[in-house]
Amino acid sequence: MKFIDEFRDVELAKKLVTRIKQLSTRPTRLMEFCGGHTVSIMRSGLRQLLPPTVEMLSGPGCPVCVTANADIDKAIALAQLPDVIITTFGDMMKVPGSYSSLQQARAGEADIRIVYSTQDALEIARDNQTQPVIFIGIGFETTAPTIAASILQAENEGIKNYYVLCLSKLCPPIMKALLDLGELKLDGIVCPGHVSAIIGSRPYEFIPREYGVACVVSGFEPLDILLSVEMLVEQIESGKPTVEIAYRRVVKPEGNKTALELMDRVFQVDSADWRGIGVVPASGLKIRKKFERFDAEQAFSITLEPVREAKGCICGDILRGVKIPIDCKLFRKACTPEHPVGPCMVSSEGSCAAYYQYEIV
Amino acid sequence: MCLAVPVRVVSIEGNEAEVEIGGVRRRVSIMLTPEANVGDYVLLHTGYAINVINEAEAQETLKILEEMASLNEVH
Repeated sequence: MKFIDEFRDVELAKKLVTRIKQLSTRPTRLMEFCGGHTVSIMRSGLRQLLPPTVEMLSGPGCPVCVTANADIDKAIALAQLPDVIITTFGDMMKVPGSYSSLQQARAGEADIRIVYSTQDALEIARDNQTQPVIFIGIGFETTAPTIAASILQAENEGIKNYYVLCLSKLCPPIMKALLDLGELKLDGIVCPGHVSAIIGSRPYEFIPREYGVACVVSGFEPLDILLSVEMLVEQIESGKPTVEIAYRRVVKPEGNKTALELMDRVFQVDSADWRGIGVVPASGLKIRKKFERFDAEQAFSITLEPVREAKGCICGDILRGVKIPIDCKLFRKACTPEHPVGPCMVSSEGSCAAYYQYEIV
Repeated sequence: MCLAVPVRVVSIEGNEAEVEIGGVRRRVSIMLTPEANVGDYVLLHTGYAINVINEAEAQETLKILEEMASLNEVH
């Protein structure tokens, strides 16, 4: 496929690995923020090819994984309301909340439908006008504009039974939160390519300036990632951390202005609850007052039981990059993709699922 | 979750485009990329084109990769 196959050339990849080996003279700790990068690195075996000086840690960039139990419990509670149809991306179905999952709720009485797009959720709302249709709005800045677009479209068309449970989260503020925790001593960050397609590269500029940490926005093919690692190592070796874009065919410094405007029209910045990290100020989005009739949390009242965390699950530590999946006692034993205990094993982009599938132990 | 794939725009009607990937066609929203034209490649994420792919930049990146790779051979 065009724009994909060219960036998978094995011979070129080998030469880039050699170049990185020549450049890298000191221990360098990088974090690939995005779950999509983790999967690509695992699938192509890049972690094993890089020189021992270059360490790659997986970050919290998996929206399903960072959704807190409290928010999953809300989605399940909404699903139990009479006549409600829940629409959600498929990844969310198996994620265990405090007491059950959406999948278990569907096995009961709840009407829960997997959709590929908010466009599909709108279609279900058009076809079922007497029933409330709620979209479970997880995702980062890549997905938030598509949720904003669906709300604007519902308003334009006068669709009155469409609602969103807004769980959108923002990447730069959580990077700041991780850096402030100071657990990792990072030298560089492989910044998320498709989040940056929307927000651009400028929102990362505080990272080299205030924390001295190098940033490169990366695409998702093996050559994209190797190029990004090469650029990060160059920045780090030269002692001049900055923000660069390796994924120039998709990412502009200013991002996608149309998408940013739509997001800003519908959402305002709010705190968000991140699994493993907690409530972080200004790291999420909520629906503006003007559009509050689309906000499922405003439109429906639900009662929630106290939040419970799964015993022994270390997803939180894994999401912060302080532990890896094989450190977990449950990994491959009590916790597998068929019977996940924590969300990092549920999502195909979760670190645990990626280690389960690709890591040679 | 932020998965997105390059697809080619075949036709455009208002806020929607027909796109093609590997011989399969489907309708997608171009509300986020009103600048998209027929023949462009756009990046498709959950039914929305989220960006128009810049072909010249793709070629430039491949050139940089080739140059970097050839740097080893000099040493």
